[in-house]
Amino acid sequence: MHELGIVMHVIKQIEELAKEKQVHEVKELTLEIGEVSGVVKEYFVDAFNWAIKRTEHMQNCKLNYITIQAITYCEDCKQTYETVKYGKECPHCHSKKTYLVTGRDVYIKDVKVD
Amino acid sequence: MKEIKTIVVNRSAYADNDEEANLLREYLKDHGTFLVNLMSSPGAGKTTTLTALINLLKKDYRIGVMEADIDSDVDALSISKNTGVKSIQIHTSGMCHLDAGMTKSGLDSIDISDLDLVFLENVGNLVCPAEFDTGASMDMMILSIPEGDDKPLKYPLVFEKCDLVLINKIDAIDYFDFDMEKCKKTILMRNPNATIIEISAKTGKNINQVVNYFHKKLNSWRAD
Repeated sequence: MHELGIVMHVIKQIEELAKEKQVHEVKELTLEIGEVSGVVKEYFVDAFNWAIKRTEHMQNCKLNYITIQAITYCEDCKQTYETVKYGKECPHCHSKKTYLVTGRDVYIKDVKVD
Repeated sequence: MKEIKTIVVNRSAYADNDEEANLLREYLKDHGTFLVNLMSSPGAGKTTTLTALINLLKKDYRIGVMEADIDSDVDALSISKNTGVKSIQIHTSGMCHLDAGMTKSGLDSIDISDLDLVFLENVGNLVCPAEFDTGASMDMMILSIPEGDDKPLKYPLVFEKCDLVLINKIDAIDYFDFDMEKCKKTILMRNPNATIIEISAKTGKNINQVVNYFHKKLNSWRAD
């Protein structure tokens, strides 16, 4: 359900772009989706394929779904590590003074249009 | 056939919502209406807490309530019956959260011209509502004792976003393995600026502290 909300916002932005650039059809859309964005790929793709049928320019749009690895930075030892594998605690020095660098965003990268 | 070209977008999926939310915050500021986005799991006590709180705040502020649910209007009816303040129900049509656009439509239909303070009771859920900025002036959440002290670990984003965290149902703490100190420590690790208040919406315990919090918050917002 969360996925549907994001899909709707993505589609709204692409449809506006298509109108602005006077595009005939949006053929492909590339999204970069963070590993810890809370998006479940299967749900997202289903919601996307349902929602594009109700659009003007994206009826046959192919979705390129790129997963972006989540990386956390440790403020104490200044190293980075894989968030999904180790969580909040740094595997190098066991500090908890860490923050997420990448992996939370849902990013619209580009579209192919004609 | 026409040539296919690539348009680079490089924009967050949340960008349009974030813009709308910022505009909404300015609009609310211009109207002098303070909007509170209230989040929690289903059953944490949002409606009961709001009822207790509103009954103590309504002599000082003109209050409105917007209840967001996937369906039904039981919450809006309960709030208006038990507090007498203006309330409306927003249906999210299957969506698990409210975005800034839905919030703006809700504000238009409740009519904020005669309201100082509006509570938006978001859909009961700790994941999705935290992802979308509603445009509210502040975010708050309720965590209830039966849910367990590990929720800030499992759902960090909502705890990071909230200025105020109420820990509800403390009258039932003896019946659950809930480590209050551990829970508070985890919340503050996620969000060092959070204000945490232990309450019981049922018995009314510490609701006056929440009332004081809102007096201070509204005063500083108005002075800002």
